[in-house]
Amino acid sequence: MIGTGSAPSPFGQLSGPTVRKVKDPFHGDLLEVSMGPQHPSTHGVFRMDVTLDGEVIVKLKPVFGYLHRNHEKIAENTSYLGSMPYTDRLDYLSSMSTNWAYALAVEKLAGLTVPDRAQYLRIILAELTRLVNHVCLVGFLFNDLGTSFTPLLYAFREREKIIDLFEALSGSRMMCNYQRFGGCRVDPTPEWLAAASRLVDNFPSFLDEYESMLTGNEIMLARTQGVGRLDPKHAINAGITGPVLRASGVNYDLRKVDGYGFYPRFDFRIPLGDHGDTYDRYMMRILEMRESVKILQQAFRELPAGPIMDPKAKLRGFRPKPGEAYGRLESPKGELGFYLLSDGSPNPYRYRVRPPSLINLTLLEEMCLGHTVADAVVILGSIDIVLGEVDR
Amino acid sequence: MSTADNTRAPDPFPAAGNISDDEREELRRHGILMTSLEELYNWGRSNSIWPIQFGLACCAIEMIAAATARFDIARFGAEIFRPSPRQADLMIVSGTVTKKMAPQVVRLWNQMPEPKYCIAMGACAISGGPFKQGYNVLKGIDRFLPVDIYIPGCPPRPEALLNGLMQLQKKIRGEHLTGPDAARHTRADVPGEFPVPTFGEHDLEPTRNPEVWTPPAPITRSGKG
Repeated sequence: MIGTGSAPSPFGQLSGPTVRKVKDPFHGDLLEVSMGPQHPSTHGVFRMDVTLDGEVIVKLKPVFGYLHRNHEKIAENTSYLGSMPYTDRLDYLSSMSTNWAYALAVEKLAGLTVPDRAQYLRIILAELTRLVNHVCLVGFLFNDLGTSFTPLLYAFREREKIIDLFEALSGSRMMCNYQRFGGCRVDPTPEWLAAASRLVDNFPSFLDEYESMLTGNEIMLARTQGVGRLDPKHAINAGITGPVLRASGVNYDLRKVDGYGFYPRFDFRIPLGDHGDTYDRYMMRILEMRESVKILQQAFRELPAGPIMDPKAKLRGFRPKPGEAYGRLESPKGELGFYLLSDGSPNPYRYRVRPPSLINLTLLEEMCLGHTVADAVVILGSIDIVLGEVDR
Repeated sequence: MSTADNTRAPDPFPAAGNISDDEREELRRHGILMTSLEELYNWGRSNSIWPIQFGLACCAIEMIAAATARFDIARFGAEIFRPSPRQADLMIVSGTVTKKMAPQVVRLWNQMPEPKYCIAMGACAISGGPFKQGYNVLKGIDRFLPVDIYIPGCPPRPEALLNGLMQLQKKIRGEHLTGPDAARHTRADVPGEFPVPTFGEHDLEPTRNPEVWTPPAPITRSGKG
């Protein structure tokens, strides 16, 4: 796949000067490589058009849209509740958070309140989702680093335990469709809560085991420290959120900033990075998991009894008053927002998702310039994208 | 299958065909294994299916889960996910195929060497699934590729994928190398590669592969096709 000087490039989309004059015999032409959409490192159907000088990236163009499933258009033609299963399929690693973000927007639009027990359940499920997401991310990141599946086996072992809980509660492993406007769908049994609490109590020992194998690893340190540095100024300007932003040292977490749900009642800290490199982004995930465990333990201690649905909320014939609302929360990947515009009909007039994965991806080129191709794979892995959310 | 067996031409190389199963079992007890080349070939192929490492959407996560320790697809000899289509025998279409992605899927299929098989995993790959009404979603990969096994579910559980794989193994074991019902990859008249559609202005061009899929006849009011 060599883009030579005179012949037209097989990747016609690349613009600008892609070919450089040969200055010395040791430097050839620039090389255009299309990574993806079928590539083991791109986490789904994502393509990077990379221009290389030797092995060093001089230009990178992310190409997406290979999984554009018309989520927003379909939602505008479906009832409010009918969109809930579709939100599962946005970020399919963390469906509980996505459900909650959508429910949050609709509750804002319709002026519904949520009972205390449901608020606690939402936090429990969102934080369990964060554990699933981060543990999978770390597994995939090490896959990208070249450890060929082993850390992923550990990660998926833990994921399966949590996924089993989701299945016991909602009936589905991945696509939970659990949150409702004004509450939750199913009340967990005491056995479920006991099992979940046991899992959470055992989670730190798993993290210790996992970290003892990964964090201090010499190859890992060499491959990630100082790689893919992200300047906080750049990150803020690009609207980057979530662990990627906090790895650059910006203290911005919607759980603290917005204080949605009952998060202000919880005692937890926000981990921050210093360098904004891939290693910090990895550590951010590990530290966030430890904080999530704290939140979960507190939630299990304080979970009140009571109803799980707002009695005023009705599922059938749901027609919110005309108006608009934007509901957002800190999903495992960053600020996930839903913008809804209602004209009083059973389906939203305009429905828009603010996907954290897509916006975190915008600075991929800045992070990758000057690094090698192998590093681009790792940097992409550390950003944590899910293509269902990027392309929608 | 029964009608096909009746019309089957006599095996030109009856290696194991002229002794009964009881006799074979008796010989096996004495340490002598009798088999036909066809059986041996199918046995070997069905137990080392290498899928292409190719995840499209949500179902890909369950495909990965099927490869991990709990479900362990390695028990069925299919754990070697090859990133290159040139080394793969099986394409698991795991997720929504959009119109932008469909040409690449067909191209990957063309690049796979024969014998090759295709599993449509999940509602989206079968028919478009929940996203069927979308303007950018292909309504089933079987419009372009010959699908061997369909696995319903959204997403199917890893157990369902394993079951699908076992069904495929059964299918492979029943294949013949010669005769009128010979396997697809042994026949010169059945194509293994298909024209790659282009991502046109309004839709894929062409919208389907007529060699693989024709639209069902419309249902009339009287109910007769």
